[in-house]
Amino acid sequence: MTAVQTEVLLQTLISGILLGGLYALIGIGMTIIMGVMKIINLAHGELMMVGMYIAYVLYAYFHIDPYLSILIAAPALFLLGMALQKYLINPVVKVDSILPENQVILTVGIGMVLANLATIIFKSDYLQTPVSYGTKAWYLSDLWKQAPIELSLSFPWSVSFVVALLITACLWFFLAKTDMGKSIRATAQDKDAALLMGVNVGRMRVITFGLGSALVGSAGCLFIPIYYIYPDIGGQFTLIAFVITILGGLGSTVGAIIGGLILGLFESLTATYIGMGWAPVGRFVIFVAVLIFIPGGVASLLKSRKFGK
Amino acid sequence: MALIPLLGLNSYLMHILILVVMWSVIGMAWNLLGGYCGQVSFGHAAFFGVGAYTSGMLYSKLGISGWWGVPASIVVVTLFALVIGYVCLRLRGPYFALATLAIGVILRIVAENLVNVTGGDLGIMIRERSWVGKTRYYYIILAISALSFLLVKKIIDSKLGYYFVAIREDQDAAESLGINTTLYKTIALCLSAVITGFAGAFYTNYMGYIDPKVVFALHDISIITIMVVMVGGVATFSGPIVGAIIMVILAEAIRSLPIIGTAHHTFFGILLIIIIIFLPNGIVGDFSKLKKLVGRSRRPA
Repeated sequence: MTAVQTEVLLQTLISGILLGGLYALIGIGMTIIMGVMKIINLAHGELMMVGMYIAYVLYAYFHIDPYLSILIAAPALFLLGMALQKYLINPVVKVDSILPENQVILTVGIGMVLANLATIIFKSDYLQTPVSYGTKAWYLSDLWKQAPIELSLSFPWSVSFVVALLITACLWFFLAKTDMGKSIRATAQDKDAALLMGVNVGRMRVITFGLGSALVGSAGCLFIPIYYIYPDIGGQFTLIAFVITILGGLGSTVGAIIGGLILGLFESLTATYIGMGWAPVGRFVIFVAVLIFIPGGVASLLKSRKFGK
Repeated sequence: MALIPLLGLNSYLMHILILVVMWSVIGMAWNLLGGYCGQVSFGHAAFFGVGAYTSGMLYSKLGISGWWGVPASIVVVTLFALVIGYVCLRLRGPYFALATLAIGVILRIVAENLVNVTGGDLGIMIRERSWVGKTRYYYIILAISALSFLLVKKIIDSKLGYYFVAIREDQDAAESLGINTTLYKTIALCLSAVITGFAGAFYTNYMGYIDPKVVFALHDISIITIMVVMVGGVATFSGPIVGAIIMVILAEAIRSLPIIGTAHHTFFGILLIIIIIFLPNGIVGDFSKLKKLVGRSRRPA
């Protein structure tokens, strides 16, 4: 491998990991909703889109930095998610119908309304938040003068990655150490048993949906300094979140983190070595391969390692 | 239905009529797989698009009439359905739904990127239109629709139909009774795909232009297909027809309104939410419930 080839490969891996960290955050939001409610939230990407537009409006009209807008967007999405769960999704759980997939179709309807409202309010234009540090980067040659290859690390990408890690750590602490987090995990494990132990299952569902929405909303704020937005952006991220959840194992948080990183790396490699337009196909090749070869996702591999045969 | 063109409708109304019949075909196809067999697909645009591209590529690559695409799509769509079924049918419920959704998106991206084969984003244009008037197109799609209706009815009334419903109600129980669920789910998928492919091949010849964003569209094909059946009535014979009439007319009506024309997805989304919460089995399926609701509101309080 020549120096240039090594350079390209390393650079691709770096951007893959950075992208993967953000993907993990999107995937975790979907996987905890799936774990607790056993439904797939197909409006997930649209909720992220709402988060991105909140960050955009705050930046454009109030000059608030996109990273700080997480503090506003996450609570807003939390409330929106709770309202959606309480007033739209919960009533459907009780309705008797031929097809049990009604809840999933319902979230499609919610996503359509959100995306279309965004089109009406913001038009279909591509919008950006041109932050001052948008193109700043660190270079390997600044640190090590005689470096044989040149690598760069984009500033906003790195900040987004670190913030995503922080949010994930906070979530882990919440789920592992607090009473409410334990109740949520108990509901995910066995709804009926949790109910018998005195957990308010209905409330946990509402809170979980809010939490998942808040997570994906903050992911939206992290994406906006490095990406652009348009109203239909949600669909592709819903699919990304779904692929990560399948890859990681349904309802597994650790699986979602690993799945996000794998997907980020794989997409980055496809984009470099096959072509930009094919990156989404790579995503689905992984998806189909996982369904065929490891249907339980990464989580099932981890489990079988832990408990042996 | 066959006498409608004799009324001398103008070409716009004929266009609406053709769309209604075309959507009822797609709805019937989806209903066979989703309504009767219980396998909810979010990716019927995949089969629609493959049918459409079969027709379009016969014209653009081989230079023969696009109408050959209608019979040719049987073979091509069946092959696609077998591959898709092999991957997706091992999943159940919502996971099957999402896997098919992903397949639809994959095919769109492949069609966009394989520029040499499909023409990429430029799409395929059929330069020589078969007929100027719409009457013959109407009779062709009406014939396809009648055939599909009879086919679906015949299948559902046969033993095969009972297998499908058994799989929908409880797949494990069906399997324990000796029904080869994988085989029958694959049959349902292939039949549904072929009927959808017919509609796709017809669409190419009727519209004269296809591109990946139109025929593999997630919202404008796959989701509308589900809505046609959900609104009309899941697992009913006339449901897809009622749904197609309502959805096509609604779509045209909303799009023609000046201010809220861009908001048609919002209306569809809200309609979908209302239908799922209040009439989960659609207008035909929950007709008695609907009558009761209307009756109650009419009675003075």
